Amino acid sequence: MFESLSVPGLGSVVAGTALLGFLCGTLGTFAVLRKQSLMGDAISHACLPGLILAFLLFNSKESWALMLGAAISGTIAAMAILGISRFSRVKEDSALAITLSVFFGFGLMLLTWVQRRPDAAQAGLARFLFGQAATLLDRDVWLLAAIAIPCLITVFIFWKHFQLVCFDRSFAQSLGFPVFFIDVLLSLLLVMVIVAGLETVGVVLMSALLVAPAVAARQWTNKLEIMAILAGIFGAFSGIAGAILSNIGKTSIPTGPVIVLFITLIVFLSILFAPARGIVWLQFKHWRDSKVLQLDSVLSNLLNLAREHSGKQNGHSMAMLKGISSNPSGVPRSVHKLLEMGLVSEVDKGLYIPTTKGAEYLNEKTSHMGAPLK
Amino acid sequence: MTQAQLEIQLLAMATAVACSLCGVFLVLRRMSLLSDAISHTVLIGIVIAFFLTGDMTSPWLLVGATTAGVFTVLLVEGLQKTGVVREDAAIGLVFPALFSIAVLLISIYSKNVHLDMDAVLVGKIALTPLPSRRLEFWGYDFGPKSLALMIAIIIVNIGFIILFFKELKVSTFDPAFSKAIGFNPYWIHLGLVLSVSTTAVASFDAVGSILVVALMAAPAATAYLLTDKLSIMLVWSCIIGMLCAVLGYWLAHFLDASIAGSMATVAGILFGLTFFFAPERGLFSVWQRAKIRDRKFKLALLLVHLTQHEGTIRELEECNIESLHLHLRWDEYETRSVAFEAVESFCASQENKVLRLTPKGRIIALESLQIGTNLS
Repeated sequence: MFESLSVPGLGSVVAGTALLGFLCGTLGTFAVLRKQSLMGDAISHACLPGLILAFLLFNSKESWALMLGAAISGTIAAMAILGISRFSRVKEDSALAITLSVFFGFGLMLLTWVQRRPDAAQAGLARFLFGQAATLLDRDVWLLAAIAIPCLITVFIFWKHFQLVCFDRSFAQSLGFPVFFIDVLLSLLLVMVIVAGLETVGVVLMSALLVAPAVAARQWTNKLEIMAILAGIFGAFSGIAGAILSNIGKTSIPTGPVIVLFITLIVFLSILFAPARGIVWLQFKHWRDSKVLQLDSVLSNLLNLAREHSGKQNGHSMAMLKGISSNPSGVPRSVHKLLEMGLVSEVDKGLYIPTTKGAEYLNEKTSHMGAPLK
Repeated sequence: MTQAQLEIQLLAMATAVACSLCGVFLVLRRMSLLSDAISHTVLIGIVIAFFLTGDMTSPWLLVGATTAGVFTVLLVEGLQKTGVVREDAAIGLVFPALFSIAVLLISIYSKNVHLDMDAVLVGKIALTPLPSRRLEFWGYDFGPKSLALMIAIIIVNIGFIILFFKELKVSTFDPAFSKAIGFNPYWIHLGLVLSVSTTAVASFDAVGSILVVALMAAPAATAYLLTDKLSIMLVWSCIIGMLCAVLGYWLAHFLDASIAGSMATVAGILFGLTFFFAPERGLFSVWQRAKIRDRKFKLALLLVHLTQHEGTIRELEECNIESLHLHLRWDEYETRSVAFEAVESFCASQENKVLRLTPKGRIIALESLQIGTNLS
């Protein structure tokens, strides 16, 4: 573990992926809450033509030039998506799919055209798609920080606006907030983040980093500020873990996919085990509630029977209870439990009757429903 | 045009038609992004089938890829059904994860094996006419294998659409009604998913994974802006798809660039043109209609204004062309032109810069007021 940390440059790789993970997690929160999880996917694909045009125009592979090109085409794509779904009857999903694929196709056309020019060095498609986290240098990290800090400050300043637009658009509109402007601002921030991360993790993994940490964080809290910070932490954590894990072995495993698998694992665990929203938790709650309900229904059946058939000490058999229960196989267990709790007593062999305590227990349970059982 | 060029164009057209047919239903059912997910995750099906068979040309690769596509959709729906994750986020979770697994598997286990990522993304349509990729029976040449496969897919797709046209229609436009009349839309949904997966896998060989998305979404959405009828939309979608194929091929030919990329570019251009200039739903004609409506409304408002002040003391001032814009609170230039239009259409006459209603104008104004009272 420690010798792997001494790999030259790993420090900046870890710092870079952590920073990127935090940024993506925080901004992804808004994208996921606004049901625009796939906006990031579309924008990141749409950066390809801008990258190539910038490469052609400036004839350099400098990060800032490529980033500028990517930012411009990403912005155009984001506006196209918002415009198509706003001004025509084509729905948002189709707008996303069209923008994504057409921009990418256009980029592909440009790329193949560039590659056949003898003077052009190849701007690798594979690099665009999967990123090259392993080659992150210190200056890349600084560039990343230079993008991350203004983005996070903007989020901080417009926090209230974003919160309102995320949870109650129509209310925001009725209060006179410039909802469309806020939409555009959020999309621009998304473009910035994507452009910053494209070189590191690539297209496909960029979309995962925008969605997964936010989904995982959503499981653990109902508060937006905690969710945003938690998503950032999840993102940063998987960035660090991915960077270290992919550098442990001697074989060069691409960092991006490892990061994605790591964050997917976090999502998986969160969806299953988070308190209050996790599937396991919900199942357990369901199971517990159904047990209580079964107990109550058996008790109330017994009470009703005792009231209707006076005489014979009002006792009733298990078979009788099974006959009117919706879940007959659970009846013996419930009766047993009721006996244990002292809500029911056995008057004769195999004949049961509710105790006064049982009647009171039931009355209390049903009192909020209006008329208590008499 | 050589025979090779003709064959490439035929294959491009066949691919475009197969994709456009599925695309119509994807666009109408708001499922376009499933094609994006499927086209990414077929990779893992191919990789796993390849590891099992060790043969890059085995038909099991297609089976594996199709299964992976269907599996993706089921996984997305399963995640959605937990109620924890919304559809868009579910798609965004599933496909990057499966895609990453595939990429890792390739990078770890198949260093020496030729599983070219570029070919997966860009497709190999330009290689269609090669001798090794031809379908031959009894010494006869039946053209490229992939063309035969694509035509088979088209036939299956058309068969599916014709056989289940009514079911597709009702479950697409009114799933609740479809359920109410005792027909479960889920079966049609599954059939559609299967057909999209198969089509994506087959086309993927020709045009690459991301351009499958372009061919599924763009022609269908373009057709959606041109018609309100499902059958006509299907026809339009196919025509636009074929147009993309042919124009895209020649664009690529002149630029010496990727055919698939050019096809997607043309698809985007055609969509853009339709978005702005479609006869009824285009932005331009919607905008023009709104302008005409606005103008008509303003004219009526002007005439109502004239009736209100007709014969009053302030008439000379209120109905004066020079100061009219102050009373109506409109732009001065626009007020002039509306007043001019009123005079032109014999709704008002002008005397000493004062507008007076003609009988025709009075009727229009009173009618407008009538409509107003009816509405309230």
